[in-house]
Amino acid sequence: MRRFDLATPDNIDDCLKLLAERPAETKLVAGGTDLLPQMKNGLIKPARVIDLSGVPEVHVLAPDDGRGVRVGAAVTARQLERDPRIQSTYRSLAESGALVGSIQVRNLATVGGNICNAAPSADMAPPLVALDAEAVIAGPTGRRRVPMAAFFTGVRRTVLAPDELLLEFSVPAPGPHSGGCYLRHTPRRELDIAVVGVASQVTLADGVCTKARICLAAVATTPVRATAAEQALEGQRLTPQLIEQAATLAIEAAKPISDQRGSVEFRRHLVRVLTRRTLTTALARASA
Amino acid sequence: MAKQILSFTVNDEPVDVLVQPYVTLLDALREDLGLTGPKEGCGTGDCGACTVHLDGKPVASCLMLAMQARGHAVRTIEGLGAIGALHPLQDAFVRLGVPQCGFCIPGVLMAAAAVLAETKHPTEEDIRYGIAGNLCRCTGYTKMIAAISEAAEVVTQGAAR
Repeated sequence: MRRFDLATPDNIDDCLKLLAERPAETKLVAGGTDLLPQMKNGLIKPARVIDLSGVPEVHVLAPDDGRGVRVGAAVTARQLERDPRIQSTYRSLAESGALVGSIQVRNLATVGGNICNAAPSADMAPPLVALDAEAVIAGPTGRRRVPMAAFFTGVRRTVLAPDELLLEFSVPAPGPHSGGCYLRHTPRRELDIAVVGVASQVTLADGVCTKARICLAAVATTPVRATAAEQALEGQRLTPQLIEQAATLAIEAAKPISDQRGSVEFRRHLVRVLTRRTLTTALARASA
Repeated sequence: MAKQILSFTVNDEPVDVLVQPYVTLLDALREDLGLTGPKEGCGTGDCGACTVHLDGKPVASCLMLAMQARGHAVRTIEGLGAIGALHPLQDAFVRLGVPQCGFCIPGVLMAAAAVLAETKHPTEEDIRYGIAGNLCRCTGYTKMIAAISEAAEVVTQGAAR
C-alpha cells in the first residue's frame, strides 16, 4: 500500500476538524473492506486516512425515541445480520447484511462504508431506501438529514461533500402489519456481488396495502425506486395477479447495462422475478 | 509518517509494538510480531487464509489496518492451542488427516473456532456457513466438516463435565 498518515480521533468534532484540513486528499476508513483493496491496487491514493473505529458516535445501534432505530455508520454487516431488533422489525436490512462477503468480512464491513462506497450493487442500499431511512450527515456547519432515496448521485458518487461525513441512519419503524424482504441473484451463494438485488416493503391495513416501497440494485447508476410498481399496489388488496403486474411494472424503473455478470435482458428478467418474490415474502410477513 | 505505537493484546499477552500507519494487521502480526500462522492468500478478503479473532470474532486481518486493533484483543492460530495441549479442533484435524498442503488450515481453524464458540451442536449447514469464507485449493472440505463436527462434540462434552 502507498504510504499515508493515519489519524485516530476519538470523537466526531476532531474527525470533522481533521477532515476540513485537506478534504480532497483524505479518506475515512471504518471497516476498510472496500477501502483497503482500492488502496492496495492503487485505485485511490489518499495522503491521509482517518480511522473512525475509535469514534463512539458512529457505533450506535439503538431505538430512536420510539420512532424507529438509529444505525450508526460503523455498525457492521454482521451486527445487522444478528441483531434481534433488526431481524424482527427491519428484516430486509438483516437479510442484506447477511449477504455481504464472508463472516470474516462482515465482522469488519460497515453499513456506512457499503453506502458511501456507493456501488450500484451495494446490498444494504435497497433495504434502507425501501424503509424510508434518512442519512444523518455531519459537516463543518452542523448536521443535515438526507432521505436515502436522494443520497446517491451516480456510480461511486453521493451527496456527501468532501468535508462531510456520514454519522448514522435514522430508520423509521415500519409500523404494525408491515413486512419487508431483500433478495439478490448471484451465481455463487457466498462471496459474490449482486447481478440484481431487490428490496420490497409493504404495510397493510384491513387487508389493503397502504404503503409499498420497492428498490432495485445493480440495474442503474444508483439504487432506484420502482415507483410505478409501488403505485399499482397502494390502495389495493395484494393478490398474486397484482404482484405479478407490479413485478412487470418494476422493469420500467431498471436501466441496466450488460457486463460480465449479466446482460440487459437477463437483468430485466431478474428484476421481475425478484420483485415478485420479495413482494410475496413481504406480504406474507406483513400478514403474519 | 512516523511509526505509531500499537498497544493491544495478542494471544492473551499485552503487546506494545511500533508499526507503520499504513500496514495491515496481517503484516504487523507476521512481520513485526513473528506470528506467521495467519497467511496472506489473496490480500482482498476473499480467501480467509488471514483469519484471526478480534475480540473473539473472526476477521480478515488483511483488510484491517494494524492500528485499528489498538485496545483490542487479537487471537491467532498460535494462541488457539499449544504443542501438547492442542485445541480439540487441532486434535481432530490431526487425527482425521485434514491438512493437505496446509496453507488454508490456520484460517479454517480460526473460522471453525468461532462456529464452536457460537453454536453448541453445529449442523453440517452451520459448519459450511461458518467456513464459507475460507477457500481450500486442495478442496479438502469434506474432512474439514467431519473434523469440526467431531471437535464440536468434544468441546460440548468437555463443557458438560
